[in-house]
Amino acid sequence: MVVKQKSSVLFVVLLMIISLFSGCSKAQEITTPTNKMVEIGITQIVEHPALDSSRQGFIDALSSKGLKEGENLKIDFQNAQGDIPTAQTIAQNFASSKKDLIFAIATPTAQAAYNATKDIPILITAVTDPVDAQLAKSLEEPGTNVTGTSDAAPMGKQLELLKMLIPDAKKVGILYNTSERNSEIQVEMANKLADEYGVEIVSSGITSTNEVPQVLDSLKGKIDVLYIPTDNLVASSMALISQKCMENNIPIIGSEKAHVEGGALATEGIDYYKLGFQTGLMAFEVLNGSKPENMPIETLKDTTLTINSDTAKKLNITIPQEIIDKAEVIKGGAAN
Amino acid sequence: MSNFWIGALEQGLLFSIMALGVYITYKILDFPDLSVDGTFPLGAAVTAMFLVKGINPILTCLISMCAGMLAGFVTGVLHVKFKITNLLSGILVMIGLYSVNLRIMGKANTPLFNAKTIFSGDIPSVFVILALALIVKIVLDLLFKTKFGFILKATGDNQKMVTSLGIDIGMIKIIGIMLSNGLVALAGSVMAQYQRFSDVGMGSGIIVMGLASIIMGETILKALPIRFGTACALFGSLLYKASIAIALRAGLPPTDLKLITSIIVITALAVYNGGFKMKIKRNLIFGGVKAVTNTKSA
Repeated sequence: MVVKQKSSVLFVVLLMIISLFSGCSKAQEITTPTNKMVEIGITQIVEHPALDSSRQGFIDALSSKGLKEGENLKIDFQNAQGDIPTAQTIAQNFASSKKDLIFAIATPTAQAAYNATKDIPILITAVTDPVDAQLAKSLEEPGTNVTGTSDAAPMGKQLELLKMLIPDAKKVGILYNTSERNSEIQVEMANKLADEYGVEIVSSGITSTNEVPQVLDSLKGKIDVLYIPTDNLVASSMALISQKCMENNIPIIGSEKAHVEGGALATEGIDYYKLGFQTGLMAFEVLNGSKPENMPIETLKDTTLTINSDTAKKLNITIPQEIIDKAEVIKGGAAN
Repeated sequence: MSNFWIGALEQGLLFSIMALGVYITYKILDFPDLSVDGTFPLGAAVTAMFLVKGINPILTCLISMCAGMLAGFVTGVLHVKFKITNLLSGILVMIGLYSVNLRIMGKANTPLFNAKTIFSGDIPSVFVILALALIVKIVLDLLFKTKFGFILKATGDNQKMVTSLGIDIGMIKIIGIMLSNGLVALAGSVMAQYQRFSDVGMGSGIIVMGLASIIMGETILKALPIRFGTACALFGSLLYKASIAIALRAGLPPTDLKLITSIIVITALAVYNGGFKMKIKRNLIFGGVKAVTNTKSA
């Protein structure tokens, strides 16, 4: 008796949960006229400023073309909150609800989306090397249902800026997350270019925010300047990194604008908002019938020079006037 | 049933292989083994390395399993021979494996889109995973019925008894931990082939998922008259993945995903454990003591 009662309660509870959710999804389907609405699924691996602003740029680009959320555009935004198997579930969700287009932010989500569907066009961004990630056959002609933008930062330009601002710099530290392929690629690029700019690269890996203080302390005295690649973990820890470096009097060269906003000295880097915007424009073309397999994967052509004047003041670095004239000067940041 | 729910089912079955592994250490040996956070991506890393070279996918699964067993052996030796506490042994192996996994793959993320995997055939992947999960479950069930199985169970329940029989309890523990980690690595291998890439970050939170699955399954299945054991891990893993799927489908803000998942699990357990009305009824039937032990186990 007791046993039966228990299992019947379980059954009722399960039924209730299932009916509750199936009920609400059905209601949504009925109220939205799917024939006019463009449905886009956005999948993002984790929350941090750079990825968030690329998403904003994407949405703004669509809206600049007349696709406004709530009117003729329905955006289903999901975030795996750092969990890779969940990224897979999200991608399957988008594939099975037959979205018109999927926008995948960062490498694991892009791979998950590509695994889930070979038909629905996938627009990617914040993937440094889409060919290495096997999402595209080549940058010029993807040959798959994947196209979009790469966030490969112009490493040469960054090192040039670094030498201009800190001419005596010999040893350049790079802090990166060893579990991100994107970052490894950037470290490899920096190592390749090191001789050309007369610097030595000291790369240091971290695997969690908690390791940042210790690693930076260990770099004290070993490096003249720190370079920060476009890295999800580093982006999340930017405030801590800039505070710690300021204590040790180490200038930071960032790779994107958000780093400088967080207290890095300068960057000749990419702006994720613009990158997202560019991807959004490509998405619009795809929605109008362009085939992703023939659309080259783009990078951000124009880099933005950004300088944090407060950081410069604190570090007693005088920035040449010619650089200031070209740069967007911002103040503040975590370290100031 | 739409592809989405099939996907959730596939993942639930896939992670049940991992949960079955955790079941051996956590439930049978009473050994909370954290090294699985490292052995899951270890299985994936080994798989990536071999599949890229064009090795047979089934053979690759077996090699990954052996790699996991090797890692489990290290955890076991740390605990049994070096007398390091069970939690720390697991943590040490988990941390160490992170670097090992990076070394094995040579990079943080290896795509397998062009490699031949166990899912490359014509059989739908849900059946492949179902078959694997069932094979693992049945083999374990059979194993638990052998003499070795009984000793393994006794090792967790009553160490003194096992020692009094003249059996080397340390050896049994090591073998149990090896078996457990072998299964977890196998799950990692299947996951890498399923999602078609291996990523060093794949392991984070695996132990949490494993424990949650077992406890959920156990709480809900304990209603049934027969003692299922391994079925708890399988059923719990399905439920846990279903919770995430429901949370995703519920159309709530993406920032709340993890909270929603946790609330669904709490609700299932609370309702089932008689956190609400049931409590009074149960107190009448079982008496208060039983109700208290029930809440404890969840």
